[in-house]
Amino acid sequence: MRWLTDVVAWFADASHWRGNQGVPARLVEHVGLTAAALGIACAIALPLALWLGHLGRGGTLAINISNVGRAVPTFAVLVLLTLAPAPFGLSVTSIVTALVLFGIPPIVTNTYVGMREVDRGVVEAARGMGMSGWQLLRRVELPLATPLLLNGVRLAAVQIVATATIAALVAGGGLGRIVTSGFSRQDRPELLAGALLVALLALAVELVFAVLQRLGAPDRRARRAASGASGAPAPDAELATTL
Amino acid sequence: MTGVVAHAQTLTEDCLVRNEWICAEYVTTRREEILAALGQHSFITVVSVVLGALIAFPLAVTVRRYRRLAAPLLGAATAVYTIPSLALFSLLVPFTRLSATTVVIGLVLYSLTILVRNMLAGLDGVPADVREAARGMGYGEGRLLWRVELPLALPTIMAGLRVATVSTVALVTVGVVVDNGGLGNLIYQGLQSNFKAEVLTASVLCVVLAVLADLGLLGVQRALTPWQRGAR
Repeated sequence: MRWLTDVVAWFADASHWRGNQGVPARLVEHVGLTAAALGIACAIALPLALWLGHLGRGGTLAINISNVGRAVPTFAVLVLLTLAPAPFGLSVTSIVTALVLFGIPPIVTNTYVGMREVDRGVVEAARGMGMSGWQLLRRVELPLATPLLLNGVRLAAVQIVATATIAALVAGGGLGRIVTSGFSRQDRPELLAGALLVALLALAVELVFAVLQRLGAPDRRARRAASGASGAPAPDAELATTL
Repeated sequence: MTGVVAHAQTLTEDCLVRNEWICAEYVTTRREEILAALGQHSFITVVSVVLGALIAFPLAVTVRRYRRLAAPLLGAATAVYTIPSLALFSLLVPFTRLSATTVVIGLVLYSLTILVRNMLAGLDGVPADVREAARGMGYGEGRLLWRVELPLALPTIMAGLRVATVSTVALVTVGVVVDNGGLGNLIYQGLQSNFKAEVLTASVLCVVLAVLADLGLLGVQRALTPWQRGAR
């Protein structure tokens, strides 16, 4: 258990909290990369998934993109982009591109499923009231699909935080850098401190999005509590009754 | 004629010299190294998923009986699932050091989240009247589980097993941090020596392995649930 006191000592050392390799700087890098990649992923995935869901087309693509995302190792994509010619190579572009690529699938799949699970009767009623396609999307489908949409964004955020950590093996900054530095220098307290920081950041991100999800769907609080924890419940449990 | 053969040979050897992405010469000259990495990758995957399934099933059955355990158990599993693989493997280093065991424990923990959820969903999906009918025919708890509930839950359980296997294949690569990443070792080695063919070959093999494992499990599922064949 000596390593435990060593880790505490690492955290207590003020030099680990200063400068461009200190914990705050690494945290800012990690959060910055994550936020940028998540923003781009949302900007690409949300309009695409909402549009496909509204038209009811491209379902196979929307569902299978997640299966592809799971089968491709993030580490492999990071290395491939790093070895690729400009504008990739050893650059922030490569890392952000990899993060965006792995952020898109969960958003597309969840948003699409959310759109398709909107009660067809409700859609028919809205059409019967004379709503245009745009009004239907904005005022009926989008609000009803929001819980699953937010679930997709949460999954993407967690995936991006994890991938940004692995990016430290390749080139990137972020908290993963503390872990890889601990490995390469065989400095076990540093390694463990870095790992703890990464884990805490990931859990914090998960928590923030879990709260956002509840705010986005207040009337489902009871349902989510019953399904246990903040993890992804079965899609059909997400969109049973509203309106 | 011999001149042409010799020329063709220098051409293929040149792809190593020119550091091309696709290079057959790399595969033939480093065959043993590639096969060893592939072997380690498959071994770690199989051990992790099998252990995960063996632990997940009793957990799912227990949670089903004692519902109060569901929220804390699934919550804890989700929390573990949230921790990035690089950090999770690192946190295990004090206990299991730089070994394949470290990777396997981490991957078992990840697969548990997927497997327990799916097993629970599968068992919960068994219609209550089917259960009642079996009880009425004198089935005890154990026989009910093995002969009635498990077969009916199998499609959902197998779906979970497929997802867990595919993600595990991809995650093994990160095991490179504890020197046991299977094909991930080759990818890292290729990164450090700027060897493109090594990186691309290992990456492609990784995806192929995931796809083959997925198709294999789909085949197993079809074989185990013959009554579903007509229904599709």
